[in-house]
Amino acid sequence: MRRLIVILPVALFAGLIGVMVALLTDSERNSDLSRLPSPLIGKPAPAFDLPAVSDSVPGGFSTSDLIGRVSVVNVFASWCVPCLAEHPMISQLAGQGVAVYGINHRDKPDAATNWLRRHGNPYIAVGADLDARASLDWGVTGVPETFIIDANGVIAYKHVGPVTKDVLNKKILPKLREAEGG
Amino acid sequence: MKKLLTSLLLMAAFTATPLAPALAVNPDEVLDDPVLETRAREISTELRCVVCQNQSIDDSDAEIARDLRLLVRERLVAGDNDEQVVSYIVARYGDFVLLRPPWQPNTYMLWAGPPIMAIMIATLFVVFLRTYQRQRNAGLGPDPLSPHDRAELDALVERIAATTESGSGPKTQFRAELAEGLTPPPPDTTDETEDSNVDAGQGDTRS
Repeated sequence: MRRLIVILPVALFAGLIGVMVALLTDSERNSDLSRLPSPLIGKPAPAFDLPAVSDSVPGGFSTSDLIGRVSVVNVFASWCVPCLAEHPMISQLAGQGVAVYGINHRDKPDAATNWLRRHGNPYIAVGADLDARASLDWGVTGVPETFIIDANGVIAYKHVGPVTKDVLNKKILPKLREAEGG
Repeated sequence: MKKLLTSLLLMAAFTATPLAPALAVNPDEVLDDPVLETRAREISTELRCVVCQNQSIDDSDAEIARDLRLLVRERLVAGDNDEQVVSYIVARYGDFVLLRPPWQPNTYMLWAGPPIMAIMIATLFVVFLRTYQRQRNAGLGPDPLSPHDRAELDALVERIAATTESGSGPKTQFRAELAEGLTPPPPDTTDETEDSNVDAGQGDTRS
């Protein structure tokens, strides 16, 4: 009993340190620490119906467009620098034949149109989300965000932040294959 | 009674006045219906701004916080009750938006941790206190000197006392002083039997 009283706090403290070290050194988890888990994964894509950004940009699109085949929904804005950084990856996805849709988040229609003209438009359709209302329903916390929707219209994966080459190869592409297989 | 009344009045006064001043809510967001607006404010203070993370949407100037404030008001106007509004937002942003985490399996440790720690510390404190007290009592109780040592000490005191002035007054006083000086300090090591032995030994060397 007496020995236990002495040992117990030390053991608890050692255990706590162990858990902390384990969590801190887990780099996989660490890189995602600031990212919030989305409760929408495994749920049907939210109901929305977005108009086209402008006459010269194909769009808009709605929930029903996402059913029938695996698709990618990319939330972007012309004012968002990381979106420009990930643009080549999104274009690469589209080039591989993936159905990529764009939600233009809180943007000026003119600015978005010009941006797409200058950098290329990889999207099958772009929906203008001027008041970010649809983005709220998607649980978007900031741009860019990228969702993978399976053929049943269920959200299979969400990536917060720009899609880098690494993210594309290690996360997006495997998840896409998984969604297509399942 | 008077005190109770005063404190009750004070409490009523404080609950009646909104404690938090309007920080981020813009005038154009405010609902016309003051009752709905009050509910909207209450819900907003409980919801985390997901990009600033430790501010409520009521406090935050971020655009998404504004959007969520408008969403809360929109749902209230649509006739949702407070829980429906909150669960509407939780369905999109997860439990993380709740500044006050719900009581559910993955938060049991979060909620129970502090009370468990407090109880453990209190228990340890009481156990240590009791042990300490018992050891002190033990030290004051039985003679810390063995009968042999006691007899030797007594003889020594007699001899010293005899060489100083005669008479019972100073002698008993001297004796008392000596005895006091020889009383062991409260033992603080863990093992009791060892303690008294060590202390008896100290008494020996000092005499």
